[in-house]
Amino acid sequence: MTLEQEFELIRRVPIFSTTDPSMQKLLAFSSDRLTYEEGQLMFSAGDPPDSAYIVMEGEVDITVPTPKGPLLVNTLGRNDVIGEIGIFGDVPRTATATARTRIEVLRISRDVFVNVIRGNPDAAIALVRILADRLAKTTAQLRRMAAEAGK
Amino acid sequence: MERSLFRFIIRHSKREQAMILPLVIASMLIYFSMLDLPKAIINEAIQGKRFPSADTTVAFLQVQPTLPQFLGGRTLAIFDGFPLQQLPYLLALTLAFLALIVVNGALKFQINTMKGWLGERMLRRLRYALFDHILRFPMSRFRRVKSAELATMIKDEVEPLGGFVGESLIAPTFYALEAFTAMFFIMYQHVYLGLIALAVVAAQAMIIPRLRRRLLVLSRERQLSARQLAGRIAEVADGAIEVHANDTSNYERAEISSRLGRIFRIRFELYQRKFMIKFLNNFLSQLAPFCFYLVGGALVIKGSLDIGTLVAVIAAYKDLPSPIKELIDWDQQRLDVQIKYTQVIEQFAVEDLSPAALQAPVADAQLPPAQGALRVSGLSLSGEAGTKILDGVSFEVGLEQHVAVLGSHASGAGELAQLLARLLAPSSGRIEVGGVDITKAPESVTGRALAYVGPSAYLFPVSVRDNLVYGLKHFPLREAAYEGEALAEREFQVREVRRTDSTQLDFNADWIDYAAAGAAGPEDLDARIAEFLRVVDLEETIFELGLRSAVDGARHPGLADSALRARAAMRARLGAPGMQGLVEQFDAARYNRNATLAENLLFGTPIGSKIFDIENLASNSYVRQVLREQGLAEDLLKMGHKLAETMVELFSGLPPGHEFFERFSFIRQDDLPEVKAVLGRVADAGLAGIEEADRDLLLALPFKMIPARHRLGLMDEAFEGRILAARRAFAANLPAEMRGGVEFFDADRFNGAASLQDNILFGKVATGQAQAGTRVGAMLHDVLEELRMRPQVVSIGLGYQVGIGGARLATPDRQKLAIARALLKRPVVLILDQAASGLDAGAQNRIVSSVLESRKGQCVVWTLQRNDLAERFGHVLVVERGRIAEQGRFADLKGSGGALQKLLSAG
Repeated sequence: MTLEQEFELIRRVPIFSTTDPSMQKLLAFSSDRLTYEEGQLMFSAGDPPDSAYIVMEGEVDITVPTPKGPLLVNTLGRNDVIGEIGIFGDVPRTATATARTRIEVLRISRDVFVNVIRGNPDAAIALVRILADRLAKTTAQLRRMAAEAGK
Repeated sequence: MERSLFRFIIRHSKREQAMILPLVIASMLIYFSMLDLPKAIINEAIQGKRFPSADTTVAFLQVQPTLPQFLGGRTLAIFDGFPLQQLPYLLALTLAFLALIVVNGALKFQINTMKGWLGERMLRRLRYALFDHILRFPMSRFRRVKSAELATMIKDEVEPLGGFVGESLIAPTFYALEAFTAMFFIMYQHVYLGLIALAVVAAQAMIIPRLRRRLLVLSRERQLSARQLAGRIAEVADGAIEVHANDTSNYERAEISSRLGRIFRIRFELYQRKFMIKFLNNFLSQLAPFCFYLVGGALVIKGSLDIGTLVAVIAAYKDLPSPIKELIDWDQQRLDVQIKYTQVIEQFAVEDLSPAALQAPVADAQLPPAQGALRVSGLSLSGEAGTKILDGVSFEVGLEQHVAVLGSHASGAGELAQLLARLLAPSSGRIEVGGVDITKAPESVTGRALAYVGPSAYLFPVSVRDNLVYGLKHFPLREAAYEGEALAEREFQVREVRRTDSTQLDFNADWIDYAAAGAAGPEDLDARIAEFLRVVDLEETIFELGLRSAVDGARHPGLADSALRARAAMRARLGAPGMQGLVEQFDAARYNRNATLAENLLFGTPIGSKIFDIENLASNSYVRQVLREQGLAEDLLKMGHKLAETMVELFSGLPPGHEFFERFSFIRQDDLPEVKAVLGRVADAGLAGIEEADRDLLLALPFKMIPARHRLGLMDEAFEGRILAARRAFAANLPAEMRGGVEFFDADRFNGAASLQDNILFGKVATGQAQAGTRVGAMLHDVLEELRMRPQVVSIGLGYQVGIGGARLATPDRQKLAIARALLKRPVVLILDQAASGLDAGAQNRIVSSVLESRKGQCVVWTLQRNDLAERFGHVLVVERGRIAEQGRFADLKGSGGALQKLLSAG
């Protein structure tokens, strides 16, 4: 895949779809393209965050460690963004990401990501929407677990 | 050192000066003959005074001296001479004149050579003596004098002395004799003319020195201001961080400019005065011939003087100004040099210079025993203002103890450490190590029995290994072997060393005291070093440095083979499931997408004169020829154009200094406008119409492209195939004279131009694989461990050059290296003065523990910044206001409510 294709891909990612084309190109150019084999760990909860990822191919499991073992909270796929909470929250990774299949991702370093968001209100809103969506999902999950624990 | 330059010169060179003197006198006699001969040529041979008729003969070279009256007044016929007629006589006389010129020239040559030798020897002696003084300065002196000024003094300021010393006694003698001879000759010929010449010379001698006085003041100022300039420049360089952090660069510019302005003024006035004096001097000299022509001419007309004499007198006078001028110049130089000498000596004359005996070279110093006690009694130290820094400190600990010294910043703890290391001399009191008073011991004892590491230990700009063994170089223990020319050169050097009272110790000998480090010889030294590097947690760093070093296979026998074995082992591991694709190995038949186009084309490492460096590749004529022949030139140019467009598009909007320029761009930010201009010209004239320089610029861009990383999609497989063809053509037709420019990748050969790691990987770590670098690194470690290559790699890492002051190492690594250097010489007492302060807390904990562990049963005195670390020591000293406030075991003191408890609770 070439830069042009990655550029196309980035345009389709909700957060970046509204940014300036030159910024999208720069994003594509400055990011690393990485392959993870099936089962390979991308990052663990507690790691210091240094970058976010856009999934280009394959699926990623997001789990959180619990006393009973890892709990699967989400599975992300093509065009999804992973690891953005750490970047903006300035907190260690809240969850663990593992490649469910062989995956290809685009790694965007923290500085670049922050710069893009800072310069584009639309991108910031898109990010807020994603985070809100995640929060809703997590809350629902929590409610369900609380209900299960209550039984 | 002699305060007076002349005393210095006479004391150290009187014999050599005396040897030159006879030559000077001989040269004088010849000079006199040369003055007399023209008279004979004109009067006797040309005018024919001795040839009344055509067939008269005159005896040439007749030697018939007439004895003085008291010996009988007889004429001795020693040699009757050759009878010659007028023309042959003229010829004989002129030939004799020529012979005298030759002999005189030869003599002068000999004199000058001897003077040169003499001067250079004295310069060498002086420089050596000054440097010797620096080595004997008390430590406090280094706080007051700038190192750059010391360097300028030894290097530049004494330089003219060398030239002068050769001239110092001989030149005045020579020129005075010459002037005297000429003067005597003129007087002898004619008293009046002689008196005229004498008057002019006397006027010169009176007036010129008066004019000079101001010159002397100026030249003293010039010297001082130049020295201060050197010091100031070094200051700015040393304080570069402060300059930039405080935006004071313009302040510094103004400062230097005003300094240069002052120097300009001084020098300008100096020149003006010098030329004024020159003018006066010349004028006075020209005055005499005027008188000669007038007075002498009148005398000739009147017939009381013959024309030959007048010509000879004028010739003699023409020679006279030159010795007089030289004498005056010499006097000028003398004053100048005397000032320089005095000013330099003043800086080096230090009252409390350490006696030379304390630093006498000793092969086998009698070191104090490692058993017994470290006994300090009544130790006091006064500061510069007379304040007591330490006041009656006394304590005694066994030499097997580990002692922590605690104390606030101004408590005197640091000074105590420096006193224990004998870097400071106490005002009073004793320090005994195993019964030996080290305050009086020579450095051959203190420098070997004690080791000291301060908070900012200095590293010399040599290799890691040389820095480590620096503590073992006290005496040349194994002589160097010399043969043939080297032996002759060495013998010459030894002779010269003796003549100049320099040290006779041979720098090229092996100075390393292996036994002191517990090694048998050079063979197992590295093993000992590695051991201590592990103690200070530095071995891994050195190992990494070794991996990243390019290694000359010839200098490390066996390494090439081991590296190839490691390469094979690495290849096997990389072939294992899950590991494929981590490294893209070099393959002559494949395009490596993780390498630059340059590497792919060259398929090797540029070496030697760097003609095939990535920066020069596009402009290399052979490379261009290959590209043309392969039909690639135009395509690469198009690719460069496309790249330039992309770069300009991507990076134009970025603020200046953005990290992307560094990380991703093929184009430096400064070049961006230029590239834009080139693109504009391409738009106007098309790619075919642009100029050579623009073509070069565009053509150079694709060479830096790494397809896997840059993903620009500019290269398809067909194009890669064409590059591979070019690769083959490049290698096949490489002209013989360029063979030395590239070391080709060869799966079965070690590449001396590439780093060890690159040699073992024989490929590029793939950019697209997650954590590939880390995983490959771990694999590499395992492989090297398995093949037992680790010591070898560490040895290579020890050859790493640490840079000025160790700048190529991180600050913590510098401190670790300094501690390892102290450990390596296995001192009786190891003194660490906040030696780990540059390390983070965790690293400090580790290093304190491991150093104490390694020094088990051996004395350590450590002044600590962090009081809690004292718990690991057997004995604790708390210093407060220059006195021992408390001492004992940590456990006993921490709850006693005393000084230690206060320190601990204060944090």
